[in-house]
Amino acid sequence: MSKDNWKEKFSKLKERDINFSNLSKIKINPLYTPDDNKDLDYDKDLNYPGEYPYTRGVQSTMYRGRLWTMRQFSGFGTPKDTNNRYKYLLKHGQTGLSVAFDFPTLYGKDSDDPFAQGEVGKCGVAIDTLRDMEILFDGIPLEKISTSMTINPPAAMLLAMYIVVGEKQGVPKEVLTGTIQNDMLKEYQAQKTWIYPPEPSMRIITDILEYCTENVPKWNTISISGYHIREAGSTALQELAFTLANGYTYVDYGIKAGLPVDTFAPRLSFFFNSHLDFFVEIAKYRAARRIWAKLMKDKYHAQNPKSYLVRFHTQTAGCSLTAQQPENNIIRTAFQGLAAVLGGTQSLHTNSMDETYALPTEKAVKIALRTQQLIAYETGAANTIDPLGGSYYVEALTDKLEKLTFEYFDKIETLGGVVPAIEKGFFQREISRSAYEYQKALEKKEKYHVGVNIFEEKENVEIDLLKIPEEVELDQKKSLKKVKEERNNSKVKKTLIKLREAAENGENLMPRILDCVREYATLGEMCGTLKEVFGIYKEPIIF
Amino acid sequence: MEKKIRILIGKPGLDGHDRGAKVIAAALRDAGFEVIYTGLHQLSESIVEAAIQEDVDIVGLSILSGAHMTIFPKILKLLKQKNAEHIIVIGGGIIPEEDIKKLIQMGVKRIFTPGAPTNEIVDYINSIIH
Repeated sequence: MSKDNWKEKFSKLKERDINFSNLSKIKINPLYTPDDNKDLDYDKDLNYPGEYPYTRGVQSTMYRGRLWTMRQFSGFGTPKDTNNRYKYLLKHGQTGLSVAFDFPTLYGKDSDDPFAQGEVGKCGVAIDTLRDMEILFDGIPLEKISTSMTINPPAAMLLAMYIVVGEKQGVPKEVLTGTIQNDMLKEYQAQKTWIYPPEPSMRIITDILEYCTENVPKWNTISISGYHIREAGSTALQELAFTLANGYTYVDYGIKAGLPVDTFAPRLSFFFNSHLDFFVEIAKYRAARRIWAKLMKDKYHAQNPKSYLVRFHTQTAGCSLTAQQPENNIIRTAFQGLAAVLGGTQSLHTNSMDETYALPTEKAVKIALRTQQLIAYETGAANTIDPLGGSYYVEALTDKLEKLTFEYFDKIETLGGVVPAIEKGFFQREISRSAYEYQKALEKKEKYHVGVNIFEEKENVEIDLLKIPEEVELDQKKSLKKVKEERNNSKVKKTLIKLREAAENGENLMPRILDCVREYATLGEMCGTLKEVFGIYKEPIIF
Repeated sequence: MEKKIRILIGKPGLDGHDRGAKVIAAALRDAGFEVIYTGLHQLSESIVEAAIQEDVDIVGLSILSGAHMTIFPKILKLLKQKNAEHIIVIGGGIIPEEDIKKLIQMGVKRIFTPGAPTNEIVDYINSIIH
C-alpha cells in the first residue's frame, strides 16, 4: 500500500476531537514514516554512542556499563535532620547526594536575618557556617560519594565549606566529586534567586571556573539548568533553547576571562526537566547533545571531545504534579523518569507524590526512589542504548527541536546576547506568556490534567505530611549564636576585609572565601561583604 | 462609571516561585481588575505599605515556601496596626488543609490551593466585593 492510499483512508475516518499538538505547540502528525527522516544521515546526525555529535548518548557503553546515578534532592530542618535523611537514602540504595538548602541559605542570608523569619529549614536545610556543613556530612565519607548542591549566588561559599569539610575528613580537594548549580543566568530568567546584578555574578562564576580547573578538577562547576525555566512555565523548546544559550554564554565569559575553552568546558554539566510531554522530552535530550557538540566544535573550536558533551541530571516535573488525587503523581513521575532514561540521562531525581503539599515524607521518598529502581531493574529500558534512536517520530522531533532552537539563538543574538536579553526582560516575558497560555489551555480544556480538569473527584485528600517544627528556627539561631561566640572574631573580621579587597581589585575570590570559611564566617557575612562592593539586583516587573 | 476592583498581588519573603503569582495577576488583569504586582522578595511591611498607598480592596499573597504561618499573621497584624483592616487578605500556594483552617480563623478570607482555576478566583473576588 502506498502512503497516499493510507492518507486517503485516514482522511475519510474520524479523528478524536482534540488538539494534537505538544506543549511546545509543535503540531504532531498522525504518522511518521521514512519520508520524515529523508535528510537524516546516520554518521553525521546520529553516529554511535560516545561519538560526535553524541545524539545517541555521551558514553559508548551508556547503561550497559553503569546505570545512571539515583540522586534524590533532599534537605530540610537542621543539618542534623538532613544528615539523618541522607543516611536513610544511602541505606536504601541511593548512589549520590543532592542538597536542598532553605531559602535564607539560597539567598546568602543567616538564620537570624529578619528576612529569614519563618523560612529557616522549611524548603531545605539551613546552613549558616562551616559548623553546619560539618554536621550535614557527619559520617558520610566524601571520597566515596558525589554531592550535588543546588546553590547559586552563594555557590562559592558552599563549595568552600565542602572543600574544608573534606580537608577535615582527610580528603584532598583534588578527589572531591560533585556539582554546584552556580547558574545565575537562569536565576534572573526563571528561578529568581539572586543577590548581585548579572555582571558581578558572572565574575564570581568565572572565578569559580578558574579556581576549580586548577584545584578541584573533578568538580562540575556549573550545572546549566533548564529545569527551573520549565518549572516557571516554559515549553520544552524554550527550556532547550534558553539553557543552551546560557551555556554558551558561560563559555563566552570563561574565554573572555582568559581561560582556554578546553580547560573548563569539560566540567560544565546540565540539568533538565522531564515533563508530561513524553516523546518531546526524549527528543529534547537528544537534540541538546547534538546542538551543544556542534557549536562547541564549530564555533568555539574546542579540541577536547569532553568539551562537546552534554552530561546531564534530570528531575521530573514538580509543576506537573497535582494536589488532586495525589497518588496519581507516582504514575506521572514514573513516565517522566522513563523518558529521562530513554533520553540518556546521567542522573535522575524522581519527585514524591506529596510534594504539592509539603516536603516529602520518608515513605513518599522511598516510593519515588523505588520508581527509578523499577525502571532500572524491571522494565528493560536500560538494556540497550538509545532505544528510540531511528524512530521516525523521535528523529523528526529531534530535528524539529534543533531547528527551532537555532531560531531562538538568532532572536537572542539580535537582542545583544543573553545578559542584555535578561535586562530587557525577554526570557521572563517568554516564560510568563507560556505559563499563562498553558493555564488558559487547561481552563478551556484544550489540554488535560487528570484530576484537575478531567476525571475530577470530590475528595478529602488524606495524606501524611512532613512537618518542620517551629523549634528548628530557634535551634538554628541558637547554634549560630554559639558559633559566633566560640570563633575568633578578630580573625573573622580580617578575612572578611581581605575578601572585600579581592572583590574590589579583581583578584580571584575563591582563596579568600576559603579563608573566611575556615574561620567560621557566616554565609550572611560573606555575601553581605560582596554586596557592599557589587550592589544588588532589581528585577523588571513583568506579568 | 463603577470603580474597578483593585488588587495587590504580593510575593512576601524569599520565595522565588512566581509562576502562580504572575499567572493569577495576568488572569485578574484580563478579567478587568486593576492589578498591582509587587515583584519578588518583599518584606511584609512593604507589602502592607504598598496596599495602603495603592488603596487596594484586596491583597493576594502567594507563598510556596512553607512560611505561610509566619507571614499571613504578620500581614494581618500590620494591616490592623495601620487601621487598614478593611483590606481583604486572600492567598494561594502550597498550604496544607489544617493550616488553611487556622489561617481562616485568624482572618485570612480565603486560600486557593494548586489546581484552582483562575475563573474560580475571579468569580470569588467579584462575589465578595459586590
